[in-house]
Amino acid sequence: MDASIVGILMLDGATNGAIYALLALAIVLVFAVTRVIFIPQGEFVAYGALTLALLQLGRVPGTVWLLLGLALIAALLDAVARMRRGQPAAQVAPAVLKSLVVPVLIVAVTWWAAPRKFPLLIQSLLTLAIVTPLGPLVYRLAYEKLADATVLVLLIVSVGVHFALTGLGLVFFGAEGFRNPSFWDARFSAGALSLSGQTIIIFLVSIALIVALFLFFERTLRGKALRATAVNRLGARLMGISTSGAGHLSFGLAAFIGALSGLLIGPATTMFYDSGFLIGLKGFVAAIFGGLASYPAAALGAIFVGLLESFGSFWASAFKEVIVFTVIIPVLLWRSFQHGHADEEE
Amino acid sequence: MKDIRMLLRAATAAAAALAASAAMADITVGVSISLTGPTSALGIPTKNGIALWPKEVAGEKLNVIMLDDATDPTKGVQNTRKLITEDKVDVVVGSVTTPVAIAMADVCAEAKTPQLMLSPANLPPGKGEWSFRMPQSTAVMAIPIVEHWKKIGVKTYGFLGYSDGYGEAWLTDIKPLAEKAGIKLVATERFARPDTSVTGQALKLVAANPDAILVVASGSGAAMPHKGLVERGYPKGKIYQTHGAATMDLIRVGGADVEGSFVSSGPAVVADKLPASNASKELGTRYISEFEKANGKGSANQFGAHAFDVIIVLQKAVPLALKKGKPGSAEFRAGLKDAFETMGRTPVSQGVLNWTATDHFGYTPETGVLLKVAKGDWEVVPN
Repeated sequence: MDASIVGILMLDGATNGAIYALLALAIVLVFAVTRVIFIPQGEFVAYGALTLALLQLGRVPGTVWLLLGLALIAALLDAVARMRRGQPAAQVAPAVLKSLVVPVLIVAVTWWAAPRKFPLLIQSLLTLAIVTPLGPLVYRLAYEKLADATVLVLLIVSVGVHFALTGLGLVFFGAEGFRNPSFWDARFSAGALSLSGQTIIIFLVSIALIVALFLFFERTLRGKALRATAVNRLGARLMGISTSGAGHLSFGLAAFIGALSGLLIGPATTMFYDSGFLIGLKGFVAAIFGGLASYPAAALGAIFVGLLESFGSFWASAFKEVIVFTVIIPVLLWRSFQHGHADEEE
Repeated sequence: MKDIRMLLRAATAAAAALAASAAMADITVGVSISLTGPTSALGIPTKNGIALWPKEVAGEKLNVIMLDDATDPTKGVQNTRKLITEDKVDVVVGSVTTPVAIAMADVCAEAKTPQLMLSPANLPPGKGEWSFRMPQSTAVMAIPIVEHWKKIGVKTYGFLGYSDGYGEAWLTDIKPLAEKAGIKLVATERFARPDTSVTGQALKLVAANPDAILVVASGSGAAMPHKGLVERGYPKGKIYQTHGAATMDLIRVGGADVEGSFVSSGPAVVADKLPASNASKELGTRYISEFEKANGKGSANQFGAHAFDVIIVLQKAVPLALKKGKPGSAEFRAGLKDAFETMGRTPVSQGVLNWTATDHFGYTPETGVLLKVAKGDWEVVPN
């Protein structure tokens, strides 16, 4: 083990850590706003990477049908709820149709664009457009009615959603993996270290996204509304903030971050329909470092998890996952000694 | 109203009795495979292979009953019990999933019904008296690799494999073979299929600088470790992959990085490229043409081939078993088991079988072929 090996391992760990950091931020965000421990976060990573892979092949990815299906079900539920409230059909129909415009538009554009094999960047944007709306729809269908349930109930729902999305992933993308083309093929070498363009993109995008999230929470009204909901749901509601709207927004952000992570990691590894779970779980371990509440601690935790994984795979590759997931125990112990159990339930 | 119901019931009973008596004289094959669940990717091509089975075997009508075990050992056991007690099958085929196939073996042994496993499951000694494997054991598939190493003078090798049963089986099987040939294992590293990088493992392996590295992974999952090694500067031409990776997915995902690397494989998937002297050439070619006619070009894989081979085995064993008893009887089932064990060298599309009373894997050393990736396709390496 010499300096060059340490350097290579650090770089590898930090690259993976940057992806975990994005996911950890999304998990913290969703938990803070909706109290949902969002296990399916990783599924959006797989959906993002594989949707792009299918677009690359010139095929219409199955995720657009999921989007359309979920949107239709949500619209139907919405219509029923409005009718029950006694709204006249003349009012219900336009409102419901309006909610379907965006999904139908995305499906139509994908249908038209997929066989034309547009440049990578346009396909990436299309992928984000397909996967991001899945987040709010998942929230609408799986969690919204249970918004006031206990954390445990929401966790169980998350496990269910995770299995459903993984199963659908197998249907959409098949059992075999895909590797996306690199966004930037350049290679830079500094001594033994060799830095690929993709690695630089991963770092730059991660940092840009973290800065953007920071600005969003500090500077915009919607961001502040999300923070208010995270601090106190009831209080926020009394101030006229829609907690359900906050839920939709946080899930939308989570899906966006997930899909973006998928795009970033897709060229660096082979993605399978079920790869997202483990990546998401590492993000979750990182989020635990921040007690599911602190963004900077979660981001630091993510870099730590990435480094631990990288060095773990060098020293004892057979026990790599064991090492990563065992670390969660002392962290939990430390946190519970430090904070006690006061913040368990409202 | 009551009369009609009575009439219906009588008619159903008569029909059932007729069906049962018809079934008595036919050979009934009970199939339980994973058509849903995590390993359905193996079960579905197997089902497509079974769809190619003929209507008759050795002049006897063939009944096939197919059930789905949902990749669940409990369901597999239930299916097997149902097949044996209700449908009175003569032979059980399945499952494609190792844990399910192992669970089924006990039931088959208890009911003294032969089982043709579609998974290379290892059973403890004393178990699996009635179970025969259609896929090759890893020990047989390791032979072409070690033979090639001997030929080109490899003295040391490294191992980079899945941290699961498949990786473990390869490690335990190739070690004694290589040791006998005087080839030393100098580094053993592991990874898991969903891992996003193998940088740590690759660094260590490349630092040990073995003459060859064996990558043990499956399908498109084999590409990531391969690329990881190449990225760390290990020469492509010294990397060997196992039969789990012998699919076009490796080339599709691996691209230029797998060019020039070696893969151990069963013969069926590359039948068209085999030399005419290979025992599986004709059967393999027939399998590919029949399977691709039904399922589209490029669809043939090893799982369909194992299903295809079941019929070849039955065609040889059934005439021998018919001398012992009629289909549906315990004598016939015992006769089938004896026939499997004594029928000797049997070329199938996936190699050459030679089951004996003590060896229920049975593939002979001539089974495996070594492939080389050349210009985005397979090339058979002559031995």
